[in-house]
Amino acid sequence: MLPHITPSVLTALGGVLGILVVASLIAALLKRLHPDRNYTELIQRIRSWWIMIGIFSGAILLSRTASILFFAFVSFLALKEYFSLIPTRRADRRVLFWAYAAIPFQYYWVHEQWYGMFIIFIPVYLFLLLPMKMVIIGETKDFLRAAGTLHWGIMTMVFSLSHAAFFLVLDGARNPAGGGAGLVLYLIFLTQFNDVAQYVWGKLTGRHKIIPKVSPNKTWEGFLGGVGTTTALAMVLAPHLTPLTVIESLGAGLLIALGGFIGDVTISALKRDIGVKDSGSLLPGHGGILDRIDSLTYTAPLLFHFVYYLHY
Amino acid sequence: MLQQLFFVLIVRPLVLIVIGLNIRHRERIPLKGPAIVVSNHNSHLDTLVLMTLLPWPRLRQLRPVAAKDYFLRNRVLAWFALNIMHIIPLERHLIDRTQDPLAACSEALQNGDILILFPEGSRGDPEQMGTLKTGIAHLAKRNPEVPVIPIFLHGLGKALPKGEAVLVPFFCDVFIGEPIRWSADRTSFMTTLEQEIKALAEEGYRPAWE
Repeated sequence: MLPHITPSVLTALGGVLGILVVASLIAALLKRLHPDRNYTELIQRIRSWWIMIGIFSGAILLSRTASILFFAFVSFLALKEYFSLIPTRRADRRVLFWAYAAIPFQYYWVHEQWYGMFIIFIPVYLFLLLPMKMVIIGETKDFLRAAGTLHWGIMTMVFSLSHAAFFLVLDGARNPAGGGAGLVLYLIFLTQFNDVAQYVWGKLTGRHKIIPKVSPNKTWEGFLGGVGTTTALAMVLAPHLTPLTVIESLGAGLLIALGGFIGDVTISALKRDIGVKDSGSLLPGHGGILDRIDSLTYTAPLLFHFVYYLHY
Repeated sequence: MLQQLFFVLIVRPLVLIVIGLNIRHRERIPLKGPAIVVSNHNSHLDTLVLMTLLPWPRLRQLRPVAAKDYFLRNRVLAWFALNIMHIIPLERHLIDRTQDPLAACSEALQNGDILILFPEGSRGDPEQMGTLKTGIAHLAKRNPEVPVIPIFLHGLGKALPKGEAVLVPFFCDVFIGEPIRWSADRTSFMTTLEQEIKALAEEGYRPAWE
């Protein structure tokens, strides 16, 4: 019935659903036990999770193309949020338009499994093309700032994220347990789990600040607790969803936990530079889309190249 | 019917997906008329966005007040403006003093419609607020019971400024203010209105755009 989905992927999606149900029940229970306290943000947050996971699971189950379109749309939302957040130049309107236009191309290369083009299109061609377009327009004031900020955004929101989609088109025969969808699920689930784990460990045991200038609430205890939990879970899940061996899955877990942390604080630095708390208001309880995919901008390319080098 | 099709199939997907709105104080949107919605004006998208804030079955009651000389300048545009956007054409340069330029607006309010009005008079420079014209004060004076809802829009002038044909997606702010009513004299009414819109503007963060 679902030829692109293996049984273990279905089980994993079921597990995610189970976690959401439990989270919703706990939130409802908390609200009943402490009617005086305000759980609006928690409840909004869980509701947003339902919507995000609902759309993601729907796309994964529907077809490979639907899943690729899903990631293309996430890239579009993220790039739009980024461009809406940073200072831009009026003269660059059409440059921004070209940047958006790169999204369908990048995901088309993914869909066509054209690895060579996928891996150079943005870092080479777009990198050279956009400054050319800016020079033709002719506005030199703040040229460097504009070229730099635009390219950083496209690399982060489009190039990095599109690696998650490329998992989908990798040769399924080399990953009989999970196929392409298994690796995507492994990446997304562990990245989001790591965010939550670091937060919970930090709340429960956090004492020593790890990077106070950028993110004052992050602690060493939260970071290390997250690394430990995420790595353990990565090793448990790997045989069911990925082609990774035990020792490789240890590396994958560390990569996701570490990369996720760095992605998170990188977007925090961006927000701190600009002077906003949330990157947007798209996801009630979370903030903007960048607040949700910050970790993924690091973990997606890192895990992809780790797995690609070892097994494809 | 044609209007609803246009909004459901084209305008709503455009506004919700391509642009994306950051709406504050949604509960202040008037759900029924008569009411006057007043906003700063930077883009043709402004009217479309404001018209998506209400549930679409009420679309027929929304009446953008728009410049007659601009929107009725040729037959195709006039057909679109009158039948799809359902505008109330406003004479901007009145020569004949015996005519009442706001008669159609007052009549619409008496029918329980919601007017959409841009007191700056034109889109002007992108993301700059010009001086407010006092037509709105005359209208409020004649209809002192009708709430005037100030709205601040930001970002649409970046997405589609005056004189540009290419739409570039940006998330846009729609900040809705508390309703104000006619306050016995024109100057104080206009000052209140302007301050309300400026106060709404202060609520948000806006990156530089030059």
